Amino acid sequence: MNFLASVGRVFLAFLAGTGRLAMFAGVAVGHMVRPPFYPRLIGRQMVQIGYYSLPVVGLTAVFTGMVLALQSYTGFQRFNAASAIATVVVLSVTRELAPVLTGLMVAGRIGAAMAAEIGTMRVTEQIDALTTLSTNPFKYLVAPRLLAGLIMLPCCVLVADVIGVFGGYLVAVYKLGFNPAIYLKNTWLYLEVIDVVSGLVKAGVFGFIIALMGCYHGYHSKGGAEGVGTATTNAVVTASILILSFNYLITEAFFSR
Amino acid sequence: MTGQPKIAVRGLKKSFGDKLVLDGIDLDIGVGESVVVIGGSGSGKTVLLKNVLGLMEPDAGSITIDGQEVVGLSTAEREEVNRKFGMLFQSAALFDSLSVWENVAFGLTQSQGMPHKQAKEIAITKLGAVGLGLDVAELSPAELSGGMRKRVGLARAIATEPEIIFFDEPTTGLDPIMSDVINDLIVKCVKDLGATALSITHDMASARKISDRIAMIYKGKIIWAGPTRDIDHSGNPYVEQFIHGRAEGPIKMEVLRL
Repeated sequence: MNFLASVGRVFLAFLAGTGRLAMFAGVAVGHMVRPPFYPRLIGRQMVQIGYYSLPVVGLTAVFTGMVLALQSYTGFQRFNAASAIATVVVLSVTRELAPVLTGLMVAGRIGAAMAAEIGTMRVTEQIDALTTLSTNPFKYLVAPRLLAGLIMLPCCVLVADVIGVFGGYLVAVYKLGFNPAIYLKNTWLYLEVIDVVSGLVKAGVFGFIIALMGCYHGYHSKGGAEGVGTATTNAVVTASILILSFNYLITEAFFSR
Repeated sequence: MTGQPKIAVRGLKKSFGDKLVLDGIDLDIGVGESVVVIGGSGSGKTVLLKNVLGLMEPDAGSITIDGQEVVGLSTAEREEVNRKFGMLFQSAALFDSLSVWENVAFGLTQSQGMPHKQAKEIAITKLGAVGLGLDVAELSPAELSGGMRKRVGLARAIATEPEIIFFDEPTTGLDPIMSDVINDLIVKCVKDLGATALSITHDMASARKISDRIAMIYKGKIIWAGPTRDIDHSGNPYVEQFIHGRAEGPIKMEVLRL
């Protein structure tokens, strides 16, 4: 009996949390699409999320492309299909690896920073101060971050696509001795627009999720430094899990025909 | 007090879980009056202030500002009411990401849409009014001392020339001399603006200096209220104990005796 009660309690708490998050997201999106907008704040967040993430995104993409070429080669060689690795690399990178790995890296970088910043503003009463100065915190803090995440993550992923393919090219041409022209031709041969577009759609959703989790956990943090730390951890963990689960759902929606 | 009170609180109740923090507060603040609510830690004075400011939603009771009921307003309506307010937070709550003058000008630029140049001039005038010079205006809040942060917070609170100013423990964490400087500034700013003021504090020196009337809150109720000059002969044992800071008396601190 006690066991059932505790299972029920956990489940109810989960549902309540989901509801709170959905309401938070609803209010935030409402402010995202209605004026006034804060172009300066949106711009600052876009630089933070997009520009300053480029080194991390680039390094992740280049090594992913390289290891992918190497692994596919050793695997495919066993049944004489080594010539397929250009296609394998470009499809894997654009459809899966660039959006997911970029999402996870940016979640660690940006989601944590957002949760820490907004969480600190919460515990030092800066969010209350915004309210008393007749400025809606959703409009001023949350909406610009969500917009910037939604716009900038696809840009990062586009860069990661190119760098990832380049990583594969490097290994294939300089280590495995493929002909550069044929490798590039094979890269283009089976690539369709939908492969890249589905990756960018994923990126937009992931960007929104990362910013939403950072803002949500920061906004609801309490109890000083420890509370901010917990908020930061939760923001990264929940964003990562949501990225992986939404990745499956979006893939399903695009390609299960 | 004549006519309609600026702020009227009636039967205000608020609890967290099963802990009753405010148990039916009644408080009137007249136009241009400065009321200080005193009380020990955990007596509910911060919760009272947050309810009046609209940062918390009361469980029961009514709060009217200029006769307008403010409990249960929508966010947009609340923003309109908040335009009448200025607030000095306990830790000043300056925005770290903005410079000092941008902090002071925040209400002007963000909620009134004033151009930056004009707002900066006003911000610098207001900084001057709290004794801070031009050199401070471009600093970031992290570079300021505690007393300076409080003064910038005060400049921000008065920048929009609000009708009502709230002070949350204005002297906590300051040395006695800086406390007195802040008290003088509060009195001067409130008088210059002709504003109504509601403060909460447990610093009696500050309470005596900045108030016209004092109300004492204990266990979620107002147990005494009267003009500041009457505080020393209130005849109320709780007030007596509090203003003299005695450990022995009717107020029992929840401390385990060894």
